[in-house]
Amino acid sequence: MKIKSVLENYLFILPAVTIFLIFYIIPFIWVFQLGFYDWNGIDLSKSFVGVANFKEVLVQDPSWWQSVLNAGYITIIALIFQNILAFLLAVACDREIRLKNFYRLVFFIPPVLSEIVVGMAWKFIINDIDGANIVNRMFISMGLSQWAHNWLSDPKTALTTVALVHCWKGFGWGFLIFLAGLQTIPKELYEAARVDGANAWHSFKHITIPMMVPVIALVGILTILGSMQAFVLIMGLVGGEFAGHTSVPVLRILASMQGSSRFGYACTQGIVFGVILMMVSFIQYRFSKKRA
Amino acid sequence: MKTQVYYQAKKIGINALIHAFLISVVITCLYPLLWMVASSLKTQDTIFKDISLIPKEFHWENYPRAWQEGGFGRYFLNSIFYTISVVTGIVLVSSLAAYAFSRLSFPGKNFIFYIFIAAMMIPLPGSFVALYVLLNKLHLRNTEVGYILCMINVGLSTSIFLLKTFFDKLPHELEDAARIDGCSKFGIWWHVALPLAKPVLAVVIVFNTLNVWNEYVLALIIFDSRAKMPLQVAINRFWGEFATNYPLLMAGLTITALPIIIVYLLMQKYIVKGVTQGAVVG
Repeated sequence: MKIKSVLENYLFILPAVTIFLIFYIIPFIWVFQLGFYDWNGIDLSKSFVGVANFKEVLVQDPSWWQSVLNAGYITIIALIFQNILAFLLAVACDREIRLKNFYRLVFFIPPVLSEIVVGMAWKFIINDIDGANIVNRMFISMGLSQWAHNWLSDPKTALTTVALVHCWKGFGWGFLIFLAGLQTIPKELYEAARVDGANAWHSFKHITIPMMVPVIALVGILTILGSMQAFVLIMGLVGGEFAGHTSVPVLRILASMQGSSRFGYACTQGIVFGVILMMVSFIQYRFSKKRA
Repeated sequence: MKTQVYYQAKKIGINALIHAFLISVVITCLYPLLWMVASSLKTQDTIFKDISLIPKEFHWENYPRAWQEGGFGRYFLNSIFYTISVVTGIVLVSSLAAYAFSRLSFPGKNFIFYIFIAAMMIPLPGSFVALYVLLNKLHLRNTEVGYILCMINVGLSTSIFLLKTFFDKLPHELEDAARIDGCSKFGIWWHVALPLAKPVLAVVIVFNTLNVWNEYVLALIIFDSRAKMPLQVAINRFWGEFATNYPLLMAGLTITALPIIIVYLLMQKYIVKGVTQGAVVG
Protein backbone atom coordinates (compact mmCIF):
# COMPACT_ATOMS: atom_id res chain seq x y z
CA MET A 1 0.00 0.00 0.00
CA LYS A 2 2.76 2.42 1.00
CA ILE A 3 4.86 1.56 -2.06
CA LYS A 4 1.89 1.88 -4.36
CA SER A 5 1.19 5.33 -2.96
CA VAL A 6 4.79 6.48 -3.48
CA LEU A 7 4.77 5.15 -7.06
CA GLU A 8 1.56 7.03 -7.67
CA ASN A 9 3.25 10.20 -6.37
CA TYR A 10 6.11 9.69 -8.82
CA LEU A 11 3.58 9.60 -11.66
CA PHE A 12 2.88 13.29 -10.99
CA ILE A 13 6.44 14.33 -11.72
CA LEU A 14 7.10 11.71 -14.42
CA PRO A 15 6.16 13.86 -17.46
CA ALA A 16 8.11 16.87 -16.19
CA VAL A 17 11.18 14.82 -15.29
CA THR A 18 11.14 12.92 -18.60
CA ILE A 19 10.96 16.07 -20.73
CA PHE A 20 13.56 17.80 -18.54
CA LEU A 21 15.94 14.84 -18.69
CA ILE A 22 15.77 14.52 -22.46
CA PHE A 23 15.67 18.17 -23.48
CA TYR A 24 17.72 19.81 -20.72
CA ILE A 25 20.03 17.39 -18.85
CA ILE A 26 21.19 15.36 -21.87
CA PRO A 27 22.00 18.42 -24.05
CA PHE A 28 23.68 20.00 -21.03
CA ILE A 29 26.01 17.00 -20.62
CA TRP A 30 26.60 16.77 -24.38
CA VAL A 31 27.72 20.39 -24.58
CA PHE A 32 30.49 19.61 -22.10
CA GLN A 33 31.42 16.41 -23.95
CA LEU A 34 31.33 17.85 -27.46
CA GLY A 35 33.51 20.76 -26.34
CA PHE A 36 36.46 18.34 -26.38
CA TYR A 37 35.80 17.01 -29.88
CA ASP A 38 36.24 18.10 -33.44
CA TRP A 39 33.04 17.18 -35.23
CA ASN A 40 31.08 18.43 -38.21
CA GLY A 41 27.73 17.34 -36.84
CA ILE A 42 27.08 14.73 -39.54
CA ASP A 43 29.83 12.05 -39.52
CA LEU A 44 29.43 9.09 -37.21
CA SER A 45 32.96 9.48 -35.87
CA LYS A 46 34.19 12.46 -33.94
CA SER A 47 37.84 13.04 -33.16
CA PHE A 48 38.89 13.79 -29.60
CA VAL A 49 41.07 16.89 -29.51
CA GLY A 50 41.41 17.47 -25.76
CA VAL A 51 41.56 21.09 -24.75
CA ALA A 52 42.51 22.29 -28.25
CA ASN A 53 39.11 23.93 -28.75
CA PHE A 54 39.40 25.79 -25.45
CA LYS A 55 42.88 26.97 -26.36
CA GLU A 56 41.59 28.20 -29.69
CA VAL A 57 38.69 30.12 -28.11
CA LEU A 58 40.86 31.64 -25.42
CA VAL A 59 43.96 32.66 -27.36
CA GLN A 60 43.70 32.03 -31.10
CA ASP A 61 40.33 33.47 -32.04
CA PRO A 62 40.30 37.28 -32.17
CA SER A 63 36.80 37.26 -33.72
CA TRP A 64 35.51 35.60 -30.56
CA TRP A 65 36.91 38.24 -28.21
CA GLN A 66 35.71 40.96 -30.56
CA SER A 67 32.21 39.55 -30.17
CA VAL A 68 32.56 39.46 -26.37
CA LEU A 69 33.69 43.10 -26.43
CA ASN A 70 30.73 44.03 -28.64
CA ALA A 71 28.32 42.35 -26.22
CA GLY A 72 30.09 44.11 -23.35
CA TYR A 73 29.64 47.45 -25.12
CA ILE A 74 25.91 46.82 -25.59
CA THR A 75 25.69 45.77 -21.93
CA ILE A 76 27.44 48.88 -20.59
CA ILE A 77 25.21 51.18 -22.66
CA ALA A 78 22.18 49.25 -21.38
CA LEU A 79 23.39 49.39 -17.77
CA ILE A 80 23.83 53.15 -17.98
CA PHE A 81 21.12 54.53 -20.30
CA GLN A 82 18.41 51.91 -20.00
CA ASN A 83 18.58 51.61 -16.21
CA ILE A 84 18.92 55.32 -15.44
CA LEU A 85 15.95 56.01 -17.71
CA ALA A 86 13.97 53.18 -16.11
CA PHE A 87 14.80 54.44 -12.61
CA LEU A 88 13.88 58.05 -13.37
CA LEU A 89 10.59 56.98 -14.95
CA ALA A 90 9.81 54.77 -11.95
CA VAL A 91 10.53 57.61 -9.51
CA ALA A 92 8.35 59.93 -11.63
CA CYS A 93 5.47 57.42 -11.56
CA ASP A 94 5.76 56.50 -7.87
CA ARG A 95 3.48 59.30 -6.67
CA GLU A 96 -0.02 60.61 -6.99
CA ILE A 97 0.12 61.47 -10.65
CA ARG A 98 -2.51 61.46 -13.36
CA LEU A 99 -2.22 58.97 -16.26
CA LYS A 100 0.01 56.74 -14.12
CA ASN A 101 -1.61 53.54 -15.42
CA PHE A 102 -1.44 54.77 -19.00
CA TYR A 103 2.29 55.42 -18.70
CA ARG A 104 2.87 52.00 -17.20
CA LEU A 105 0.81 50.40 -19.95
CA VAL A 106 2.80 52.08 -22.73
CA PHE A 107 6.28 51.59 -21.24
CA PHE A 108 5.83 47.83 -21.19
CA ILE A 109 4.75 47.54 -24.84
CA PRO A 110 8.32 47.32 -26.26
CA PRO A 111 9.33 44.48 -23.89
CA VAL A 112 6.38 42.27 -24.90
CA LEU A 113 7.11 42.60 -28.61
CA SER A 114 9.47 40.13 -30.24
CA GLU A 115 13.01 41.18 -31.00
CA ILE A 116 12.39 40.38 -34.67
CA VAL A 117 9.44 42.78 -34.92
CA VAL A 118 11.31 45.50 -33.01
CA GLY A 119 14.47 45.01 -35.05
CA MET A 120 12.77 44.98 -38.44
CA ALA A 121 10.46 47.92 -37.65
CA TRP A 122 13.39 50.05 -36.43
CA LYS A 123 15.50 49.01 -39.40
CA PHE A 124 13.07 50.68 -41.76
CA ILE A 125 12.88 53.79 -39.61
CA ILE A 126 16.56 54.45 -39.09
CA ASN A 127 18.29 52.97 -42.07
CA ASP A 128 18.19 55.08 -45.16
CA ILE A 129 15.88 53.62 -47.71
CA ASP A 130 14.98 56.22 -50.32
CA GLY A 131 14.88 58.99 -47.72
CA ALA A 132 12.24 57.58 -45.37
CA ASN A 133 14.71 57.79 -42.52
CA ILE A 134 13.01 59.79 -39.79
CA VAL A 135 16.19 60.34 -37.76
CA ASN A 136 18.04 61.68 -40.79
CA ARG A 137 15.11 63.91 -41.73
CA MET A 138 15.20 65.34 -38.23
CA PHE A 139 18.90 66.13 -38.51
CA ILE A 140 18.43 67.69 -41.95
CA SER A 141 15.57 69.87 -40.73
CA MET A 142 17.75 71.01 -37.83
CA GLY A 143 20.48 71.97 -40.27
CA LEU A 144 22.77 69.09 -39.30
CA SER A 145 22.68 67.33 -42.66
CA GLN A 146 26.30 66.18 -42.26
CA TRP A 147 25.07 63.85 -39.47
CA ALA A 148 22.51 62.14 -41.67
CA HIS A 149 23.68 58.77 -42.95
CA ASN A 150 22.93 55.06 -43.00
CA TRP A 151 23.16 54.28 -39.31
CA LEU A 152 23.15 50.52 -39.65
CA SER A 153 25.34 50.23 -42.75
CA ASP A 154 28.10 52.37 -41.28
CA PRO A 155 30.54 50.21 -39.26
CA LYS A 156 31.18 53.15 -36.93
CA THR A 157 27.56 53.60 -35.84
CA ALA A 158 26.03 50.14 -36.36
CA LEU A 159 26.82 48.71 -32.91
CA THR A 160 25.75 51.85 -31.03
CA THR A 161 22.50 51.90 -32.98
CA VAL A 162 21.91 48.26 -32.02
CA ALA A 163 22.62 49.10 -28.36
CA LEU A 164 20.20 52.03 -28.35
CA VAL A 165 17.38 50.01 -29.92
CA HIS A 166 18.15 47.33 -27.33
CA CYS A 167 17.66 49.96 -24.60
CA TRP A 168 14.41 51.09 -26.21
CA LYS A 169 13.14 47.53 -26.08
CA GLY A 170 14.36 46.78 -22.57
CA PHE A 171 13.83 49.78 -20.27
CA GLY A 172 10.21 48.77 -19.52
CA TRP A 173 11.41 45.71 -17.58
CA GLY A 174 13.61 47.76 -15.30
CA PHE A 175 10.86 50.34 -14.95
CA LEU A 176 8.31 47.79 -13.69
CA ILE A 177 10.75 46.20 -11.24
CA PHE A 178 11.97 49.58 -9.93
CA LEU A 179 8.37 50.76 -9.53
CA ALA A 180 7.46 47.62 -7.57
CA GLY A 181 10.55 48.19 -5.40
CA LEU A 182 9.73 51.85 -4.76
CA GLN A 183 6.22 50.91 -3.66
CA THR A 184 7.59 48.69 -0.90
CA ILE A 185 9.39 51.64 0.78
CA PRO A 186 7.24 52.63 3.80
CA LYS A 187 5.72 56.10 3.29
CA GLU A 188 6.28 56.83 7.00
CA LEU A 189 10.02 57.12 6.35
CA TYR A 190 9.45 60.05 3.99
CA GLU A 191 7.02 61.70 6.39
CA ALA A 192 9.47 61.35 9.29
CA ALA A 193 12.22 62.86 7.13
CA ARG A 194 10.02 65.78 6.15
CA VAL A 195 9.18 66.46 9.78
CA ASP A 196 12.90 66.51 10.46
CA GLY A 197 13.29 69.16 7.77
CA ALA A 198 14.69 67.10 4.89
CA ASN A 199 13.95 68.37 1.39
CA ALA A 200 13.03 66.19 -1.60
CA TRP A 201 16.64 65.72 -2.69
CA HIS A 202 17.73 64.69 0.81
CA SER A 203 15.03 62.07 1.22
CA PHE A 204 15.80 60.77 -2.29
CA LYS A 205 19.48 60.44 -1.44
CA HIS A 206 19.14 59.10 2.10
CA ILE A 207 15.96 57.02 1.88
CA THR A 208 15.12 56.09 -1.73
CA ILE A 209 18.61 55.16 -2.94
CA PRO A 210 19.71 53.10 0.11
CA MET A 211 16.38 51.27 0.24
CA MET A 212 16.59 50.49 -3.46
CA VAL A 213 20.13 49.05 -3.51
CA PRO A 214 18.98 45.39 -3.59
CA VAL A 215 16.51 46.14 -6.40
CA ILE A 216 19.14 48.08 -8.34
CA ALA A 217 21.53 45.13 -7.97
CA LEU A 218 18.84 42.74 -9.19
CA VAL A 219 18.01 44.85 -12.24
CA GLY A 220 21.74 45.16 -12.88
CA ILE A 221 22.24 41.40 -12.99
CA LEU A 222 19.15 40.89 -15.16
CA THR A 223 20.40 43.60 -17.54
CA ILE A 224 23.83 41.99 -17.79
CA LEU A 225 22.48 38.49 -18.45
CA GLY A 226 19.91 39.79 -20.93
CA SER A 227 22.18 42.18 -22.82
CA MET A 228 25.20 39.88 -23.09
CA GLN A 229 23.01 37.20 -24.67
CA ALA A 230 20.93 39.49 -26.89
CA PHE A 231 21.29 38.52 -30.53
CA VAL A 232 17.84 38.05 -32.11
CA LEU A 233 17.45 41.83 -32.16
CA ILE A 234 20.67 42.01 -34.21
CA MET A 235 19.27 39.42 -36.64
CA GLY A 236 16.20 41.59 -37.10
CA LEU A 237 18.04 44.91 -37.21
CA VAL A 238 21.26 44.19 -39.11
CA GLY A 239 20.59 40.68 -40.43
CA GLY A 240 23.75 39.16 -38.96
CA GLU A 241 27.28 39.86 -37.82
CA PHE A 242 28.03 42.58 -40.38
CA ALA A 243 31.61 41.40 -40.90
CA GLY A 244 32.20 41.37 -37.15
CA HIS A 245 31.00 44.90 -36.46
CA THR A 246 27.80 43.70 -34.79
CA SER A 247 28.83 40.15 -33.91
CA VAL A 248 28.06 38.92 -30.40
CA PRO A 249 28.99 35.59 -28.77
CA VAL A 250 25.69 33.81 -29.48
CA LEU A 251 25.94 34.80 -33.15
CA ARG A 252 29.51 33.42 -33.18
CA ILE A 253 28.23 30.12 -31.72
CA LEU A 254 25.53 29.97 -34.40
CA ALA A 255 28.13 30.74 -37.08
CA SER A 256 30.46 27.98 -35.82
CA MET A 257 27.56 25.55 -35.92
CA GLN A 258 25.71 26.51 -39.09
CA GLY A 259 28.38 28.39 -41.03
CA SER A 260 31.51 26.34 -40.56
CA SER A 261 29.90 23.10 -39.26
CA ARG A 262 32.20 22.95 -36.25
CA PHE A 263 29.85 21.55 -33.63
CA GLY A 264 32.57 20.83 -31.07
CA TYR A 265 33.99 24.31 -31.30
CA ALA A 266 30.50 25.83 -31.03
CA CYS A 267 29.99 23.94 -27.75
CA THR A 268 33.35 25.13 -26.43
CA GLN A 269 32.36 28.71 -27.19
CA GLY A 270 29.09 28.08 -25.37
CA ILE A 271 30.90 26.80 -22.26
CA VAL A 272 33.38 29.70 -22.24
CA PHE A 273 30.56 32.19 -22.65
CA GLY A 274 28.52 30.52 -19.88
CA VAL A 275 31.51 30.86 -17.55
CA ILE A 276 31.97 34.52 -18.52
CA LEU A 277 28.29 35.20 -17.74
CA MET A 278 28.50 33.50 -14.35
CA MET A 279 31.66 35.42 -13.48
CA VAL A 280 30.27 38.80 -14.49
CA SER A 281 27.05 38.33 -12.54
CA PHE A 282 29.01 37.07 -9.53
CA ILE A 283 31.29 40.12 -9.56
CA GLN A 284 28.30 42.42 -9.92
CA TYR A 285 26.59 40.59 -7.04
CA ARG A 286 29.60 40.91 -4.73
CA PHE A 287 30.08 44.53 -5.70
CA SER A 288 26.49 45.45 -4.85
CA LYS A 289 26.68 43.47 -1.58
CA LYS A 290 29.70 45.44 -0.50
CA ARG A 291 28.04 48.76 -1.20
CA ALA A 292 24.84 47.82 0.58
CA MET B 1 -0.52 83.62 1.61
CA LYS B 2 2.19 84.51 -0.81
CA THR B 3 4.15 81.38 0.09
CA GLN B 4 1.12 79.19 -0.46
CA VAL B 5 0.68 80.53 -4.00
CA TYR B 6 4.39 80.11 -4.55
CA TYR B 7 4.35 76.46 -3.45
CA GLN B 8 1.26 75.72 -5.51
CA ALA B 9 2.82 77.23 -8.62
CA LYS B 10 6.02 75.31 -7.96
CA LYS B 11 4.09 72.08 -7.60
CA ILE B 12 2.20 72.64 -10.85
CA GLY B 13 5.45 73.51 -12.62
CA ILE B 14 7.18 70.37 -11.38
CA ASN B 15 4.21 68.22 -12.34
CA ALA B 16 4.17 69.72 -15.83
CA LEU B 17 7.87 68.96 -16.23
CA ILE B 18 7.35 65.39 -15.09
CA HIS B 19 4.47 64.89 -17.51
CA ALA B 20 6.51 66.38 -20.35
CA PHE B 21 9.29 63.88 -19.61
CA LEU B 22 6.88 60.93 -19.38
CA ILE B 23 4.99 61.91 -22.53
CA SER B 24 8.19 62.27 -24.56
CA VAL B 25 9.06 58.69 -23.59
CA VAL B 26 5.52 57.58 -24.49
CA ILE B 27 5.92 59.09 -27.96
CA THR B 28 9.28 57.35 -28.42
CA CYS B 29 7.65 54.06 -27.43
CA LEU B 30 4.67 54.36 -29.74
CA TYR B 31 6.18 56.07 -32.79
CA PRO B 32 7.86 53.00 -34.39
CA LEU B 33 4.70 50.95 -33.98
CA LEU B 34 2.44 53.64 -35.44
CA TRP B 35 4.93 54.05 -38.27
CA MET B 36 4.82 50.30 -38.92
CA VAL B 37 1.01 50.24 -39.04
CA ALA B 38 0.84 53.40 -41.16
CA SER B 39 3.37 52.00 -43.64
CA SER B 40 1.38 48.80 -43.95
CA LEU B 41 -1.51 50.84 -45.34
CA LYS B 42 0.50 52.69 -47.98
CA THR B 43 1.72 51.59 -51.41
CA GLN B 44 5.27 50.94 -52.53
CA ASP B 45 5.19 54.30 -54.33
CA THR B 46 3.97 56.39 -51.42
CA ILE B 47 5.72 54.62 -48.53
CA PHE B 48 8.95 56.64 -48.88
CA LYS B 49 7.38 59.90 -50.03
CA ASP B 50 4.49 60.24 -47.64
CA ILE B 51 6.06 59.82 -44.22
CA SER B 52 3.07 61.04 -42.23
CA LEU B 53 1.56 58.70 -39.68
CA ILE B 54 -1.87 58.96 -41.28
CA PRO B 55 -1.77 57.78 -44.89
CA LYS B 56 -3.68 59.79 -47.49
CA GLU B 57 -5.41 56.63 -48.67
CA PHE B 58 -5.84 53.50 -46.63
CA HIS B 59 -4.79 50.44 -48.63
CA TRP B 60 -6.41 47.78 -46.50
CA GLU B 61 -5.99 45.27 -49.34
CA ASN B 62 -2.34 44.93 -48.26
CA TYR B 63 -3.50 42.71 -45.42
CA PRO B 64 -5.33 40.01 -47.41
CA ARG B 65 -2.45 40.14 -49.90
CA ALA B 66 0.18 39.62 -47.17
CA TRP B 67 -1.98 36.86 -45.72
CA GLN B 68 -2.23 34.97 -49.03
CA GLU B 69 0.55 36.01 -51.43
CA GLY B 70 3.06 36.67 -48.67
CA GLY B 71 2.23 33.38 -46.98
CA PHE B 72 1.74 35.08 -43.62
CA GLY B 73 -1.54 33.22 -43.14
CA ARG B 74 0.29 29.92 -43.07
CA TYR B 75 2.99 31.16 -40.65
CA PHE B 76 0.36 32.80 -38.47
CA LEU B 77 -1.59 29.55 -38.11
CA ASN B 78 1.68 27.71 -37.38
CA SER B 79 2.49 30.19 -34.60
CA ILE B 80 -1.03 29.85 -33.17
CA PHE B 81 -0.73 26.05 -33.25
CA TYR B 82 2.69 26.01 -31.52
CA THR B 83 1.62 28.53 -28.90
CA ILE B 84 -1.55 26.66 -27.95
CA SER B 85 0.13 23.24 -27.90
CA VAL B 86 3.15 24.38 -25.89
CA VAL B 87 1.20 26.41 -23.35
CA THR B 88 -1.31 23.60 -22.81
CA GLY B 89 1.58 21.18 -22.36
CA ILE B 90 3.35 23.44 -19.88
CA VAL B 91 0.21 24.01 -17.81
CA LEU B 92 -0.53 20.28 -17.51
CA VAL B 93 3.02 19.02 -16.98
CA SER B 94 4.20 21.78 -14.63
CA SER B 95 1.05 21.88 -12.50
CA LEU B 96 1.22 18.09 -11.99
CA ALA B 97 4.84 18.35 -10.90
CA ALA B 98 4.36 21.49 -8.80
CA TYR B 99 1.45 19.86 -6.99
CA ALA B 100 3.60 16.83 -6.17
CA PHE B 101 6.53 18.97 -5.02
CA SER B 102 4.21 20.91 -2.72
CA ARG B 103 1.82 18.27 -1.36
CA LEU B 104 2.97 14.69 -1.92
CA SER B 105 5.91 12.87 -0.39
CA PHE B 106 8.40 10.62 -2.17
CA PRO B 107 12.13 9.96 -1.85
CA GLY B 108 14.36 12.52 -3.58
CA LYS B 109 11.64 15.17 -3.72
CA ASN B 110 13.77 18.14 -2.65
CA PHE B 111 16.76 17.04 -4.71
CA ILE B 112 14.72 16.81 -7.92
CA PHE B 113 13.05 20.15 -7.21
CA TYR B 114 16.38 21.89 -6.67
CA ILE B 115 17.69 20.57 -9.98
CA PHE B 116 14.73 22.20 -11.74
CA ILE B 117 15.49 25.46 -9.92
CA ALA B 118 19.21 25.27 -10.69
CA ALA B 119 18.34 24.93 -14.37
CA MET B 120 16.59 28.28 -14.13
CA MET B 121 19.72 29.98 -12.78
CA ILE B 122 22.55 28.52 -14.85
CA PRO B 123 22.98 30.11 -18.27
CA LEU B 124 24.20 27.74 -20.99
CA PRO B 125 24.18 29.69 -24.24
CA GLY B 126 25.43 26.79 -26.40
CA SER B 127 22.74 24.32 -25.44
CA PHE B 128 20.93 24.73 -28.76
CA VAL B 129 23.89 23.11 -30.52
CA ALA B 130 23.46 19.93 -28.49
CA LEU B 131 19.69 20.14 -28.81
CA TYR B 132 20.07 20.15 -32.60
CA VAL B 133 22.22 17.00 -32.43
CA LEU B 134 19.77 15.32 -30.06
CA LEU B 135 16.71 16.07 -32.21
CA ASN B 136 18.57 14.74 -35.24
CA LYS B 137 19.24 11.47 -33.41
CA LEU B 138 15.62 11.17 -32.31
CA HIS B 139 14.42 12.02 -35.86
CA LEU B 140 12.51 14.91 -34.33
CA ARG B 141 14.30 17.72 -36.15
CA ASN B 142 12.14 19.59 -38.64
CA THR B 143 9.06 18.20 -36.92
CA GLU B 144 6.32 20.01 -35.04
CA VAL B 145 6.56 17.52 -32.16
CA GLY B 146 10.29 18.17 -31.68
CA TYR B 147 9.77 21.92 -31.51
CA ILE B 148 6.78 21.65 -29.15
CA LEU B 149 8.65 19.35 -26.72
CA CYS B 150 11.70 21.64 -26.69
CA MET B 151 9.54 24.65 -25.99
CA ILE B 152 7.64 22.86 -23.20
CA ASN B 153 11.01 22.22 -21.60
CA VAL B 154 11.98 25.90 -21.92
CA GLY B 155 8.97 27.04 -19.86
CA LEU B 156 8.97 24.18 -17.37
CA SER B 157 11.28 25.31 -14.54
CA THR B 158 9.84 28.79 -14.01
CA SER B 159 6.25 27.52 -14.26
CA ILE B 160 6.89 24.75 -11.71
CA PHE B 161 8.50 27.27 -9.38
CA LEU B 162 5.61 29.77 -9.61
CA LEU B 163 2.96 27.05 -9.14
CA LYS B 164 4.77 25.35 -6.26
CA THR B 165 5.17 28.65 -4.40
CA PHE B 166 1.44 29.21 -4.84
CA PHE B 167 0.43 25.70 -3.69
CA ASP B 168 2.68 26.03 -0.61
CA LYS B 169 0.66 29.01 0.60
CA LEU B 170 -2.72 27.40 -0.15
CA PRO B 171 -4.67 26.04 2.88
CA HIS B 172 -5.12 22.25 2.90
CA GLU B 173 -8.77 22.14 4.08
CA LEU B 174 -10.48 21.83 0.70
CA GLU B 175 -8.14 19.03 -0.40
CA ASP B 176 -8.66 17.21 2.91
CA ALA B 177 -12.41 17.45 2.46
CA ALA B 178 -12.15 16.06 -1.07
CA ARG B 179 -9.97 13.20 0.17
CA ILE B 180 -12.49 12.28 2.86
CA ASP B 181 -15.14 12.24 0.15
CA GLY B 182 -13.07 9.58 -1.60
CA CYS B 183 -11.46 11.69 -4.30
CA SER B 184 -8.25 10.22 -5.80
CA LYS B 185 -4.96 12.17 -5.86
CA PHE B 186 -5.33 12.96 -9.55
CA GLY B 187 -8.94 13.88 -8.90
CA ILE B 188 -7.89 16.36 -6.22
CA TRP B 189 -5.25 17.84 -8.53
CA TRP B 190 -7.76 18.30 -11.34
CA HIS B 191 -10.94 19.20 -9.45
CA VAL B 192 -9.56 21.11 -6.44
CA ALA B 193 -5.97 22.30 -6.88
CA LEU B 194 -6.11 23.51 -10.50
CA PRO B 195 -9.30 25.57 -10.10
CA LEU B 196 -7.86 27.20 -6.97
CA ALA B 197 -4.63 28.01 -8.82
CA LYS B 198 -6.40 30.13 -11.46
CA PRO B 199 -4.64 33.42 -10.58
CA VAL B 200 -1.15 31.94 -10.84
CA LEU B 201 -2.12 29.81 -13.85
CA ALA B 202 -3.04 33.05 -15.59
CA VAL B 203 0.49 34.35 -14.98
CA VAL B 204 1.98 31.07 -16.26
CA ILE B 205 -0.24 31.10 -19.36
CA VAL B 206 0.40 34.74 -20.26
CA PHE B 207 4.16 34.53 -19.85
CA ASN B 208 4.54 31.32 -21.77
CA THR B 209 2.28 32.65 -24.52
CA LEU B 210 4.53 35.68 -24.96
CA ASN B 211 7.59 33.48 -24.81
CA VAL B 212 6.45 30.92 -27.39
CA TRP B 213 4.97 33.44 -29.80
CA ASN B 214 8.18 35.49 -29.75
CA GLU B 215 10.61 32.54 -29.81
CA TYR B 216 13.23 32.62 -32.54
CA VAL B 217 16.43 30.61 -32.18
CA LEU B 218 15.04 27.10 -31.62
CA ALA B 219 12.61 27.50 -34.49
CA LEU B 220 15.53 28.71 -36.61
CA ILE B 221 17.67 25.62 -36.03
CA ILE B 222 14.86 23.06 -35.89
CA PHE B 223 12.85 23.85 -39.03
CA ASP B 224 14.04 23.45 -42.61
CA SER B 225 10.60 23.31 -44.22
CA ARG B 226 9.10 26.67 -44.87
CA ALA B 227 5.60 25.28 -44.39
CA LYS B 228 6.31 24.47 -40.73
CA MET B 229 7.94 27.73 -39.68
CA PRO B 230 6.40 30.11 -37.17
CA LEU B 231 6.02 33.82 -37.99
CA GLN B 232 9.19 35.15 -36.33
CA VAL B 233 11.57 32.97 -38.31
CA ALA B 234 9.68 33.13 -41.59
CA ILE B 235 9.44 36.92 -41.64
CA ASN B 236 13.12 37.35 -40.86
CA ARG B 237 14.34 34.77 -43.36
CA PHE B 238 12.13 35.68 -46.30
CA TRP B 239 11.78 39.44 -45.98
CA GLY B 240 14.08 39.87 -48.97
CA GLU B 241 11.24 38.59 -51.13
CA PHE B 242 9.30 41.71 -50.23
CA ALA B 243 12.05 44.12 -51.26
CA THR B 244 9.73 45.27 -54.03
CA ASN B 245 6.76 45.59 -51.72
CA TYR B 246 7.56 47.00 -48.29
CA PRO B 247 3.92 47.68 -47.36
CA LEU B 248 3.25 43.93 -47.53
CA LEU B 249 6.23 43.33 -45.24
CA MET B 250 4.95 45.98 -42.82
CA ALA B 251 1.52 44.31 -42.92
CA GLY B 252 3.30 41.04 -42.08
CA LEU B 253 5.11 42.67 -39.16
CA THR B 254 1.82 44.10 -37.90
CA ILE B 255 0.21 40.65 -38.16
CA THR B 256 3.15 39.30 -36.14
CA ALA B 257 2.91 41.96 -33.43
CA LEU B 258 -0.87 42.31 -33.11
CA PRO B 259 -1.77 39.11 -31.20
CA ILE B 260 0.87 39.87 -28.56
CA ILE B 261 -0.35 43.44 -28.13
CA ILE B 262 -3.93 42.17 -27.72
CA VAL B 263 -2.86 39.55 -25.17
CA TYR B 264 -0.88 42.23 -23.35
CA LEU B 265 -3.74 44.72 -23.22
CA LEU B 266 -6.19 42.08 -21.98
CA MET B 267 -3.89 40.42 -19.46
CA GLN B 268 -1.87 43.43 -18.30
CA LYS B 269 -2.58 42.80 -14.63
CA TYR B 270 -1.01 39.34 -14.75
CA ILE B 271 2.04 40.56 -16.65
CA VAL B 272 2.83 43.18 -14.01
CA LYS B 273 2.40 40.53 -11.35
CA GLY B 274 4.59 38.06 -13.21
CA VAL B 275 7.42 40.53 -13.82
CA THR B 276 7.63 41.46 -10.17
CA GLN B 277 7.38 37.84 -9.03
CA GLY B 278 9.65 36.56 -11.79
CA ALA B 279 12.25 39.17 -10.89
CA VAL B 280 12.42 37.73 -7.40
CA VAL B 281 12.95 34.28 -8.93
CA GLY B 282 15.61 35.21 -11.47
